[in-house]
Amino acid sequence: MNQFSYVRPASLKAAIDAVAKDNTARFIAGGTNLLDLMKSGVVIPEKLVDINRLPLKDIQLNGNTLHIGALALNSELAAHELVTTHHPLLSQALLAGASQQLRNMATVGGNMMQRTRCTYFYDTTMPCNKRSPNSGCGAIGGINRMHAIFGASESCIAVHPSDMCVALAALDATVLVTGPKGNRRIPFTDFHRLPGNTPQLDNNLAKGELITAVEIPANAYTKNVYYLKVRDRASYAFALVSVAAALDISNNVIRSARLAMGGVAHKPWRLYDAEKALAGKAPTEENFRHAADIALQSAKAYTHNQFKTGLSVNSIQTALLKAASV
Amino acid sequence: MKKQQTGQSMDRVDGRLKVTGGAKYFADHQLPELLYAALVCSSISNGTIKSINTTKALRAPGVQDVISHLNAPPVPGYKNSDPNAKDGLKIFKDNRIYSNGQPVAIVLANTMERAVHAASLVEVQYNQETHYTDMNANMGKAFQNNRMKDYTRGEADAWKKAPVTIDATYSLPLEVHNPMELAGIIAHWDTPDTLVLYAKTQGVKNVQDTIKRLFQIPEQNITVHSQFVGGGFGMALRVWPLEIATIVAAKKVRKPVKLVITRDQMFTLVGYRPNAVQRLSLGATADGKLTGITHEAVAVTSPYEDFTEGIVSMSKFMYACPNVTTRYKLVPLNISTPIWMRGPGEATGAFALESAIDELSYKLNIDPLELRVLNHADTDPEKDLPFSSKYLKEAYQLGAEKIGWSNRKAAPRSMQEDGMLVGYGMSSGTFGAFRGKATVSATLKADGSLILQSAAADIGPGTATAMVQIAADVTGIAPAKIKFMLGESAYPFAPQQGGSSTVSTLGSAVTDACKALQQKLAGLAISHVPAFKNAAPETIIFEDGQLLRAGQSEKISYETILQQQQLPEVNVVATSQSGEERKKYSMYSFSVHFTKVHVHPATGVVRIKHIVSVADAGTIVNAKTARSQMIGGVVGGIGMALTEEAVMDHRFGRFVNNNYADYHVPVNADTPPTDVYFINKKDPYINPMGSKGMGEIALIGFAAAVSNAVYHATGKRVRDLPITPDKVLDEKGYQQWKLENKMST
Ligand SMILES: Cc1cc2nc3c(=O)[nH]c(=O)nc-3n(C[C@H](O)[C@H](O)[C@H](O)COP(=O)(O)OP(=O)(O)OC[C@H]3O[C@@H](n4cnc5c(N)ncnc54)[C@H](O)[C@@H]3O)c2cc1C
Ligand code: SF4
Repeated sequence: MNQFSYVRPASLKAAIDAVAKDNTARFIAGGTNLLDLMKSGVVIPEKLVDINRLPLKDIQLNGNTLHIGALALNSELAAHELVTTHHPLLSQALLAGASQQLRNMATVGGNMMQRTRCTYFYDTTMPCNKRSPNSGCGAIGGINRMHAIFGASESCIAVHPSDMCVALAALDATVLVTGPKGNRRIPFTDFHRLPGNTPQLDNNLAKGELITAVEIPANAYTKNVYYLKVRDRASYAFALVSVAAALDISNNVIRSARLAMGGVAHKPWRLYDAEKALAGKAPTEENFRHAADIALQSAKAYTHNQFKTGLSVNSIQTALLKAASV
Repeated sequence: MKKQQTGQSMDRVDGRLKVTGGAKYFADHQLPELLYAALVCSSISNGTIKSINTTKALRAPGVQDVISHLNAPPVPGYKNSDPNAKDGLKIFKDNRIYSNGQPVAIVLANTMERAVHAASLVEVQYNQETHYTDMNANMGKAFQNNRMKDYTRGEADAWKKAPVTIDATYSLPLEVHNPMELAGIIAHWDTPDTLVLYAKTQGVKNVQDTIKRLFQIPEQNITVHSQFVGGGFGMALRVWPLEIATIVAAKKVRKPVKLVITRDQMFTLVGYRPNAVQRLSLGATADGKLTGITHEAVAVTSPYEDFTEGIVSMSKFMYACPNVTTRYKLVPLNISTPIWMRGPGEATGAFALESAIDELSYKLNIDPLELRVLNHADTDPEKDLPFSSKYLKEAYQLGAEKIGWSNRKAAPRSMQEDGMLVGYGMSSGTFGAFRGKATVSATLKADGSLILQSAAADIGPGTATAMVQIAADVTGIAPAKIKFMLGESAYPFAPQQGGSSTVSTLGSAVTDACKALQQKLAGLAISHVPAFKNAAPETIIFEDGQLLRAGQSEKISYETILQQQQLPEVNVVATSQSGEERKKYSMYSFSVHFTKVHVHPATGVVRIKHIVSVADAGTIVNAKTARSQMIGGVVGGIGMALTEEAVMDHRFGRFVNNNYADYHVPVNADTPPTDVYFINKKDPYINPMGSKGMGEIALIGFAAAVSNAVYHATGKRVRDLPITPDKVLDEKGYQQWKLENKMST
């Protein structure tokens, strides 16, 4: 690890200035991802700007909107009554992530900003366009069992590893950002990017911009929800695929559905076509299967992740059944 | 008589130290002027080092030195070795690179962080040559090692003629031991030819011996400390190049040096369980009698050593079959040398054999348990000897009863509960019950306390605790007054902790030392204590820490003898080893594993719901630590069955999941209730305690019990470990199983 300096500003402005004006500076929140990246030599900041003193921990209702501060801990958020009652899908997704110890450190902002777990990205002796643009993609011709089946490009097929973000994408959340040029609101589904030919960019946050909060609008997805995570180990493993399913069912008719997947794309992957296909239908196994098949039409698998196609169909169907049956 | 100590669930004598942080592991030691080391490892897999530029590294803060083949002091023991002898990697001898991750240089600095950083600044240029790391692509290079010749009993490949046959290929991936504690060492040259080491090892005497040979200094000049070891599973059964590199570095800078390697280096520097492909062919009569077994195995090794293990051993004697053939070959690749990993080769072989037996049972329509009993070997068919003890049939019955085997419906895919497919599986395991040679020093103090010393290791099973119990029973001294000291090369010889032999070997030596001590006390009593004057030694009885004379009421305690003679202590040293009994009997431990699994019908996820493991390991010395030992082995077995695999990108020869996040050792959530039972019947021949080993059988066979259960649940046979969800589903992942009731959710 390089030597670096460390500051802990007390104001938002000071924190943003510290990063905006210094190319080698980085925000640090829980540090559960950044420190690993620094130890592996993937990220080499010369200054760490610790944001933990900023007043960004609040979880509260503003009218009908749930406001979640960027520094809210994953563990606190998962257990928060406002979340378990209004947005249980988010709680389930959080609890499916990492381990209790990590969730006790991990923040909402940090979780959104966590980098891919593609191992070529972490091993600095290997090619990786995301870490080192134009060095090639190690995964495309290499080991790609964990990689994307949606929205990948010829330069990168990595997936975003977060569970929390899958639920937030499904729940139409909005990201609140403050930067040198002021405040912005970004729809959650537009926050992360597809790799295209700039895989080094994970998201649309500009240099020096800080995530201050995430907001979730009121919705009817308080009961028929399910977060399914399929993984190689019962806990403490990233998703092979995951599905966030939310249904608004009334009189045995699905009024609306929200579906998003994790472990399949460079960003949390909303299944808009499948959602449409479900609207107005009965919550039956056949309809769920049909929606799942629609969702997978645009999938493209690589050497080792062929199984993700069918597994996704099965998982979408399973998550929907589970959501419908609770 | 006092309460018998062996068999009790005595708490670990060092438990408190371990849970309070009082136990000092090698890396916990601090020495004045200590330097910290970090390794620079090769990023190519075959070739030579062209150049090493250390300018930047040497300029980094706190850096003392960068040592490589270019400037390392010579290792005298390398000199005379034959360049073609496959006798291991000679670190820093020349510029040859055999495998990715091979150490190229060692960087020394005044903090660990600085050393690690400086290591990243060392610039190495290579002349790269084509490398070979993929076993399947290099099967043409397979060769036979002399230690492991082909074996035939009866007719070769007789299975082919049988009316019912199984012929299947099973593969296991490369597995890494990955104990929690990272490997490393502290090396300190006290004087130019005296060396002090704080090591992570399964045998301090083995370290001493290796260093003696390589550095050509007398044994007494080498002190090895290793009182606590944070897990080994086999990876600490030899001295590795990383340790030699540290010793060489310490020699050059004449300061103590500490190296703790990184998790990713654990994949390339300290061995692994070699990946293997096995073909298992069985022939049987229609009523289930085995008529032929052929077991062929191919496993990997390094370019510079031929590593062999007992992959095909179990097939030779496990079942009463007249015709058995085994063949075993090695494929040398550009990877480091493997080493025994818990349950060593037997665990690899048992997966194939016990899966094939299960496959045969379905083909014959005979219950897999019944099929095993039907072919039970009452005597050892390989050695043609009786077993010293074998209660395998009892173990089968006990396990079957405890898991509820009778609830199992015979047909695959016939059981469901809670929206899951349900499967029951079973298997057996076996491992040689060894007894080596060890020496124990026993010192009785005037206060009646007993101190036992031997250069043994305790990598976790609770060795000292068991030895205290054994000594307590022989001497009648209360366990609280007995101390067993290990992990020091200054103590009398004990072999490495490996091969499930510690209790047998060391326990025998403890027994003999305690008996010798009693004889010495008897001698003292006979010559000095009036009531015992002129007694014939065989008339003296030892009871509860006292001496008695047959037929007389006079008693004297051990400590009173010492006190009366004003002796501060009495010491004996006894060496113990096996005798003729090993020629007359075949000695093995046996285990039986039963599992119940749930398989999700749409995602293919396998969860083990219940485990019953039964050990036939002779007398159980400590029921509590023995249970822990079994559970630990089972957890290793869960890893082998469901999660563990080191994945390599053969284009680079580098592992791509060389960390704890991506190399999946089982976590608590993977580990269901595990019920452990012991037959707990004394083996009358093996050693004075009647105890056989248990560390290996805890794991051997377990993976087959899981894959057999997965087959029973789904009708799908997975012959390629680990059984991840994608393998349970079909290639594109679409496979789904319809449940009788509603689809599972
Ligand atoms: C072994 C392991 C297993 C894991 N398993 C899972 C899993 O199964 N599912 C899952 O979802 N996650 C998993 N994680 C990832 C974990 O969720 C993330 O590491 C964590 O959420 C990151 O949060 P943090 O606060 O620690 O971020 P940090 O490490 O502090 O920061 C990460 C990045 O975010 C930036 N950043 C932090 N806060 C802000 C902000 N407010 N505005 C702008 N930038 C910011 C930092 O500059 C940095 O680049 C795992 C992690 C580990 C180590
Ligand atoms: S998939 Fe993306 S992150 Fe992985 S190696 Fe390719 S470019 Fe790098």
